[in-house]
Amino acid sequence: MEETLQTILSKFDGKQEEIIPILQKVQDAYTYLPEESMEQIARFIHVPASRVFGVATFYAQFRFTPTGKNIVSICRGTACHVRGAPAILEETTAVLGLDGEGTTEDMEYTVETVACIGCCALAPCVTINEEVHGNLNKKKVRTLLAKGSKPDDG
Amino acid sequence: MTADHRTVLICRGTGCESSRSPAIQAALDAELQDSDVEIKFTGCHGMCQQGPIVIVEPEGTFYANVKTKDAPKIVESLLHDGEPVERLYYKDPATKEQLPTYHDIPFYAKQKRLVLHNCGRINPEEISDYVEAGGYQGLKKALFELSPEEIVDIVKQSGLRGRGGGGFSTGMKWQFCQQAKGDVKYVLCNADEGDPGAFMDRSVLEGDPHAVLEGMAIAGSAIGAKQGYIYCRAEYPLAIKRLQVAIRQAREQGYLGKGILGSDFEFDIEIFQGAGAFVCGEETALMISIEGNRGMPRVRPPYPAHSGLYGKPTLLNNVKTYANVSQIVNKGADWFAGIGTEKSKGTAVFALTGKIANSGLIEVPMGVTPREIIYDIGGGVLNGKKFKAVQTGGPSGGCLPESFMDVPVDYDSLIAAGSMMGSGGMVVLDEDTCMVDVARYFLDFTEKESCGKCVPCRLGTKQMLTILEDIVEGRGKPGDIELLEELGGGIKGGSLCGLGQTAPNPVLSTLRYFRDEYEAHIFHNKCPAKTCKHFITYHILDSCVGCQLCRKNCSAEAISGEPKGIHWIDQTKCHKCGVCFEVCPPKVFSVEKRTGDLEIHTGEGESL
Repeated sequence: MEETLQTILSKFDGKQEEIIPILQKVQDAYTYLPEESMEQIARFIHVPASRVFGVATFYAQFRFTPTGKNIVSICRGTACHVRGAPAILEETTAVLGLDGEGTTEDMEYTVETVACIGCCALAPCVTINEEVHGNLNKKKVRTLLAKGSKPDDG
Repeated sequence: MTADHRTVLICRGTGCESSRSPAIQAALDAELQDSDVEIKFTGCHGMCQQGPIVIVEPEGTFYANVKTKDAPKIVESLLHDGEPVERLYYKDPATKEQLPTYHDIPFYAKQKRLVLHNCGRINPEEISDYVEAGGYQGLKKALFELSPEEIVDIVKQSGLRGRGGGGFSTGMKWQFCQQAKGDVKYVLCNADEGDPGAFMDRSVLEGDPHAVLEGMAIAGSAIGAKQGYIYCRAEYPLAIKRLQVAIRQAREQGYLGKGILGSDFEFDIEIFQGAGAFVCGEETALMISIEGNRGMPRVRPPYPAHSGLYGKPTLLNNVKTYANVSQIVNKGADWFAGIGTEKSKGTAVFALTGKIANSGLIEVPMGVTPREIIYDIGGGVLNGKKFKAVQTGGPSGGCLPESFMDVPVDYDSLIAAGSMMGSGGMVVLDEDTCMVDVARYFLDFTEKESCGKCVPCRLGTKQMLTILEDIVEGRGKPGDIELLEELGGGIKGGSLCGLGQTAPNPVLSTLRYFRDEYEAHIFHNKCPAKTCKHFITYHILDSCVGCQLCRKNCSAEAISGEPKGIHWIDQTKCHKCGVCFEVCPPKVFSVEKRTGDLEIHTGEGESL
């Protein structure tokens, strides 16, 4: 952990305005923000750790627990909502045995909701590991999660 | 026409990429690499519903819903017989007619594409494509033919208003920044498009990034700034990638950096990735966020034109505002002022989504009516359902009913109607959409996104949300509607920034136009749209053929029945998940949703 973090920090100057880009890089590397890294970032920028936590907790992008191997992001944009996103979330968590958003015990899946991924024409849609799947219904969600891979192209 | 004059345009906006357009490009590339047919990938064509889209020029042949397996057919038509692949033509949802070229398609015929004129036409990762299409001419003119004051005059005279939704005069804003004292000034581009259900800015960044860079450089030369920042949400990886490519190419070609185009003007642009906070679309919060803080808005004055980023005079405009400027400076103020209405000039870009036949990105002159947008361009309501409302302005806007369908769309008319232009989301709602649920949905969004600084916004939205949740879950009581109105007024009056000042709009506008739906929930135990679970029950009709699909799919094991016999639902076990309704074959259509019926006690034995 130490080495990866140092490599990331070495690309920055330690200025206050770098907090957000640093946090983004650290999260890219670890999938979340480990507590130890927050203290080191604070020392690097010469601010109290509370300030780094303050910034990190303000923004929806940052997480404080590791994610599962696969990330299922359920779009809750307006177009998806009126075309049935709540049912998609319900089915996804039911299939994976989760009580709302979160990570499965076997660390295989993390389910989260996002405000809008901008694929409104394909509503309702989800992304699984950055790949978008659109025009979903409950049945398709089950097939998708059972397969664990992308559906065939035509 | 021989094959060697042809260009194939493949859409690779986020929508079409999601429907696997890169694989189609790869397939065509492999087959056509030794031919004279040029293959070009482009940004969004706008008609995302029909994606992936492939266009063959010069004829303008328009192929919709293309799959990888269709590639050989397209190749064959290009190389050999020259006959287009008719089965891939777009089929008009209303007339069922097949239309061979995009010139024939009503979706495009009624549009006026200014901001989007290059989207879908040029390769966004090739600066030469942009230059060939007339790009960077505005910047040349700004640097060599116009004084900074003249540039500001042109923008002022054009009548351009901020495309982020507020609608403030762009020229006035530029003038304030130009007149502000200071050696260091900044030009910022707001690409933190956070409205759920909107993707206009993303499409411009993905399809025509240089137009934004050019607009920012022109702004820099007008106000005397050397540094620009684009604040783009991290949720738009493709837009960020295309911007990075565009900035690199612009530096290489001398459109950014020191001594731009041989002049003594110096200007460069950096990208700042937002971290997912809706409130950072507010100008002071955006700047505070770039400085490395929690993005909480501050009191104005001082306005950013005098004290913005790092306390320096700062100009902030939306993506589409800059994309307009490049063309206004090139083509003149009169050209732009000739489009639109008296007070709202130019065009409006909308992300047309929801219950609409043709979802997608459209651009129309200011002043067209919602009816023209929804029926002529959008092809009407999805699946022939009945129109209920159109939502504009995202979480800050409102829902407008049928009676508003013929009112010209511009900044002022939308505000008068209780909504707003916003940055351009337009969500169509049909008879199956519950307006109380829509209001609850938006409040849930703003309540989570409130930064917490102003008490009326932080606690007021929470209270409003609780009341709305009570109503949709069957706990509504007399007085709730009045309390919502009172809270809404308090939040609007007591909040510092646009988020709080507009957060109650979705509730207040639905109360204004759809009050009966609130009353149906509270007083009659009904959800007229049959959306809110608490108020609905599912029933199997006598027309059931006993195919067993519903029984097999019911996770609650609430459905019983023998094969080929009529099935029934045990209401005490039913979770109301609706899967039976979803899987019942359309030909049979034997599952019915009811509201205000059976086990829901209404006191008066009332049913639909």
